[in-house]
Amino acid sequence: MCKICGCAQGAGHVHVAGAILHTEFGAKIEVLQAMLHENDRQAAHNRAHFTAAGVLVINLMSSPGAGKTSLLEATIRALRGRLTIAVIEGDLETENDARRIRGAGAQAVQITTGSACHLDSTMVHAALHTLALREIDVLFIENVGNLVCPASFDLGQHRNVVLLSVTEGDDKPEKYPVMFRAADLLGVTKTDLTEAVGDFQTLRALRHFRQLANPAPMLELSARNGDGMAAWIFWLLAERDKCRVTIAKHAHD
Amino acid sequence: MHELAICQSIVAQTMEIATSHRARGVSRITLRIGPLAGVEPALLRAAFPLAAAGTCCASAELVILIPTVRVKCIFCGAASTVAPNRLLCGVCGTWRVTLLEGDEMRIESMDLLEKDVAHV
Repeated sequence: MCKICGCAQGAGHVHVAGAILHTEFGAKIEVLQAMLHENDRQAAHNRAHFTAAGVLVINLMSSPGAGKTSLLEATIRALRGRLTIAVIEGDLETENDARRIRGAGAQAVQITTGSACHLDSTMVHAALHTLALREIDVLFIENVGNLVCPASFDLGQHRNVVLLSVTEGDDKPEKYPVMFRAADLLGVTKTDLTEAVGDFQTLRALRHFRQLANPAPMLELSARNGDGMAAWIFWLLAERDKCRVTIAKHAHD
Repeated sequence: MHELAICQSIVAQTMEIATSHRARGVSRITLRIGPLAGVEPALLRAAFPLAAAGTCCASAELVILIPTVRVKCIFCGAASTVAPNRLLCGVCGTWRVTLLEGDEMRIESMDLLEKDVAHV
């Protein structure tokens, strides 16, 4: 029994965050801090930068090859003259994706992570200072292709978009619940291949997604033939407007 | 394998707290990791000695508390314990639920080895 309060937890039990109790062996400190405290702190700092500059920031995540870069190329082309887009590219190696984004007509910064399986908020912070944020409307952070690790690291984004290509199978949300639970929008990509794949059922993917208690919208997209791109652009513009409203409120406060 | 990065973060925070309390070392670190945190306890245990080597945490015992995943129905109000990939109300079956616990990724407490500690 705890000698101080009489509770059942025994010696070393602490009632006030940060308080110390003297015990025979030493002291037990109650911490109650996120395991990724430093990453979260840096992410909040990044988010403040982005919000102050009026940039909507989207963390784009999927497995490798789900079509993140292709969707971005199509998005940049569709929004040319309307919104200025920039992309932070995360890959283990190569500048290939950044080159593709520049080819489509947008600013791109490549982060090569070496063997790291995810981007973290420090890497994004280093990249954001190489961008002229005030000239950008929407910044995409194309995360390392991986349905596991990126889900645990806040980068300072405003929204998470998770892609699932029809070639991967419709049960991915059931297999990778942590990633799909974090999605603010689920994009089912490469729908032009649905017939060739044969057994991908969009409704089944949606059911697995809803079973994670996630109310986010799901869009069927093909960067190749343009299907669903109008709805995707509509969503982006709406999110961008919401972001603007938040900034205006901040300015008034 | 993001567990190594997470261990490095845990070790950095532990060292900071141990230093601020002028501790001789750390005997135990208690974590709470929910099944929806996206962190695998077994991998975290395997990675911890690599991150802790040469620090005040090197001989610390890692205690990992794993809560169940629990949800509350927004329609019928029932609380249910569920699987991490089936967050449905156990009573009415809807997916319109809120998470009560299961996504924690937190350092709960640490036990410090200390010479001179004031009584509270």
